Amino acid sequence: MKSIINICFLAFLILGFLVSCEEGLIDAPQENEILDGPIEGLTTAQQIQFLNGDLAFSDVFTIDEGLGPIFIANQCLSCHPGDGRGSPFVRFTRFGQSDSSGNQFLDLGGPQLQHKAIPGFQPEELPDGAPFADFIAPPVTGLGFLDAVSDADLIALSDPNDSNGDGISGVPHWNSIPDYVSLRPNSVQQNGMYISRFGKKANSYDLLQQTAGAYNQDMGVTSLFEPHDPLTGLEEDPEVSTQVINDVVAYLKTLKEPIPRDQNDPDVIVGKELFTQIQCAVCHIPTLQTGFSPIEAISFKEFHPYTDLLLHDMGAGLDDGYTEGYAETYEWRTPPLWGLGLARDAQGGQLFLMHDGRATSIEEAILLHGGEAEQSKNNFIQLSELEKEQLLKFLESL
Amino acid sequence: MKIYTSIYIKQIILSLTFTLVTHSLWAQEVDSIKVRTAIDTTKTELNMDAVYNRPFLNFKKLPVALGGYLEANSIYSSEDGVSEGLSFQARRLTVFMSASISKRIKFLTEIELEEGGKEIAIEFAALDVIIAPEINFRGGIIMNPIGAFNQNHDGPKWEFVERPDVAVNLLPATWSNPGFGIFGKMHQDNWTLGYEAYLTNGFDGSIIDNEENKTFLPAAKANGERFEESNNGQALITGKIALKNRTIGELGLSYMGGVYNKFEEDGLTLDKKRRVDVFAIDVNTTLKKFDTYIVGEAAFVKVDVPETFTQQYGEKQFGAFIDIVQPILKRNVLNWENATLNLAVRFDYVDWNIGSFNETQTDIGEDLWAITPAISFRPTSQTVFRLNYRFQEQTDILNNPAAKKASWLFGLSTYF
Ligand code: HEC
Ligand code: HEC
Repeated sequence: MKSIINICFLAFLILGFLVSCEEGLIDAPQENEILDGPIEGLTTAQQIQFLNGDLAFSDVFTIDEGLGPIFIANQCLSCHPGDGRGSPFVRFTRFGQSDSSGNQFLDLGGPQLQHKAIPGFQPEELPDGAPFADFIAPPVTGLGFLDAVSDADLIALSDPNDSNGDGISGVPHWNSIPDYVSLRPNSVQQNGMYISRFGKKANSYDLLQQTAGAYNQDMGVTSLFEPHDPLTGLEEDPEVSTQVINDVVAYLKTLKEPIPRDQNDPDVIVGKELFTQIQCAVCHIPTLQTGFSPIEAISFKEFHPYTDLLLHDMGAGLDDGYTEGYAETYEWRTPPLWGLGLARDAQGGQLFLMHDGRATSIEEAILLHGGEAEQSKNNFIQLSELEKEQLLKFLESL
Repeated sequence: MKIYTSIYIKQIILSLTFTLVTHSLWAQEVDSIKVRTAIDTTKTELNMDAVYNRPFLNFKKLPVALGGYLEANSIYSSEDGVSEGLSFQARRLTVFMSASISKRIKFLTEIELEEGGKEIAIEFAALDVIIAPEINFRGGIIMNPIGAFNQNHDGPKWEFVERPDVAVNLLPATWSNPGFGIFGKMHQDNWTLGYEAYLTNGFDGSIIDNEENKTFLPAAKANGERFEESNNGQALITGKIALKNRTIGELGLSYMGGVYNKFEEDGLTLDKKRRVDVFAIDVNTTLKKFDTYIVGEAAFVKVDVPETFTQQYGEKQFGAFIDIVQPILKRNVLNWENATLNLAVRFDYVDWNIGSFNETQTDIGEDLWAITPAISFRPTSQTVFRLNYRFQEQTDILNNPAAKKASWLFGLSTYF
């Protein structure tokens, strides 16, 4: 008996020391179930920068590190959780501009309403009479591919005068650009304007402008590129380094594209055909090509974002009376639909779609389409219940 | 400033180690017998007695006693499929020393080296003046008596490698501060009543402004300046009452609270005074019939967060843990008399942000639960080998699908 106990004890010790147990550990989720992760084929140097950017993207800004004094959130990740869509918790308001004559409320805190403040400070309030719109964060996946589509391709996709008569025009956002951005290869210029493509009004030229703007307007963090404090309007020392901004831009560029699921499901296959048949695919273009990119894994590749990166008249229902750059108040950029089926995993189990998150289901989002998309929406309404289900199943598979 | 303090602390440690070594050498040379006061550490009197209720080495004729403990382990874990592989951790080495300065004056200090000396902390260094059993004065660096774990945290006393989440990730164990106060005990029949009340330095603004991105009391531990002066000139009040019945067990009720923010500087008002208040309850008992030992603690935290700041930082928090330890074998093993083999399980729960979003009225996430089954072997009550498996689920603030984490831990902890 005694020796049995001794042996048991020794076994316990040996077992303990040998514990390198794969047993009972958590399996990794499938690549197509999560948004985070690098694109395939990066060099080691690119992967290292991806990791650094990933850390910076989730870095929490404290007051000592430059948060505020007025701000909206303290971390890129709180608005783009898991690199996905944001929630109404961090929804924000922009105000002050209703046409191409620019923002009339810059000295009253425009364009972005920083509605939070660090202790001891007062947050901004929406000035009386200011036109405004609410914005909910989009996902940030696959942006390197969108960034590398050539201007010529976007111009070719546009149809400003609706010459094919399908009721859908679509225009690039010809916009002025800040002097710190560098032009992409073969950038097209028109009357001193360039095509900007990021953001819901396609008001940002590239990911550097979007990132420097986010640090500044969303978190109250100044940089070499955007050195003005949102509260005082005064130029400040950089609170985030240029290196960190570069890392974040590189991270955004090399975040993998969302990978679809269930592509062999018969309903999904039918739904995909319906998507084209009822004209959704005229704006939400399934396949685009990249031009040259210094990142080889992105250069000259075909990808499936379901967007044309163009502005469309979406009708009175989505006209909030506020705009940016040279877009009209009723114009919005077609959002990519890739990753739509994973939106709930970032939005706390619910759905908040369209620019301000007003739609709480995919169907509701479709029914809010108007303007150039009026016909397409009506086509959707006329689908049979089964066909609607198949279309929705397809959208959920993206 | 910081550098100086840490060099200073390192010097203390060095001289302490030196004292320890020379004492033991000297002890051997003159063949004076050192006496180990063997205390069964699994049966402390009250939690408040834990600082003295440890195995000490006493030296004949010297009014000094020395002791300490070591905690080391291996860990293999994976979170959502990403594994960090196998690593070995020397979590902490703690040295304590007590001295009876005169009949009614005692000194005790506890110095902890964490992670191979990366962090050095004086967790406790206080002078106790005994006026009567019911009234004692204590001053120096004390451990605030909030809950029970903060005062009774020695590794060898527990069957688990990890410390309870409520103690270290909600409450800031080990949380010590300079200050003073009184404590005492009263006995009648099977009953013991203990009380403690202290004024100390305390928290700062980092509890609602930190890298964790949530209201996090342990964030204040990083600010060593509290050992030099109070952050806002307001004392933190900590008080505890504990009641023990020899056959039933011990129940403790404790409170800690004060103003945490810097509301004034050079006569200028920066903000209104904002409070943090913590309530805790702790219990421990042994079910006589099966010799099952049960210990647990729950804490509720309320923090005044400015309304115009972000809801990322919660105003209310709750956390709890319970350990159930079942000895299954008590006998002679490899010539250790009274060796014990235990089966144990721990439940952890923490909600760092109780409430709902202003924007959507939906529930705010930011919570964690974990279950840890364990096997532990104690060759003597002062040394424990433990094998733990921990499974944990943690949600982000939006209540997105929880991050799952599983770990295997094997470790040892021993008094020396
Ligand atoms: C307060 C919430 C918030 C924070 C913090 C935030 N974002 Fe955003 N982000 C948004 C919203 C809302 C939009 C859409 C804004 C627009 O249309 O201009 C957006 C858009 C973007 C886009 C454009 C995506 C596209 O498809 O065009 C990128 C890239 C981006 N954010 C990156 C970042 C980075 C990098 C950070 C941190 C430095 C950050 N964001 C911090 C809310 C946030
Ligand atoms: C005329 C161009 C156009 C057509 C046609 C069109 N959409 Fe859209 N879609 C848009 C624009 C622009 C938005 C963004 C509107 C906003 O943010 O308020 C949008 C938004 C959406 C969204 C919400 C995406 C998000 O991330 O919030 C979904 C889903 C969607 N469309 C699906 C469809 C489907 C299905 C069809 C076909 C029935 C369709 N769209 C037809 C332009 C179009």
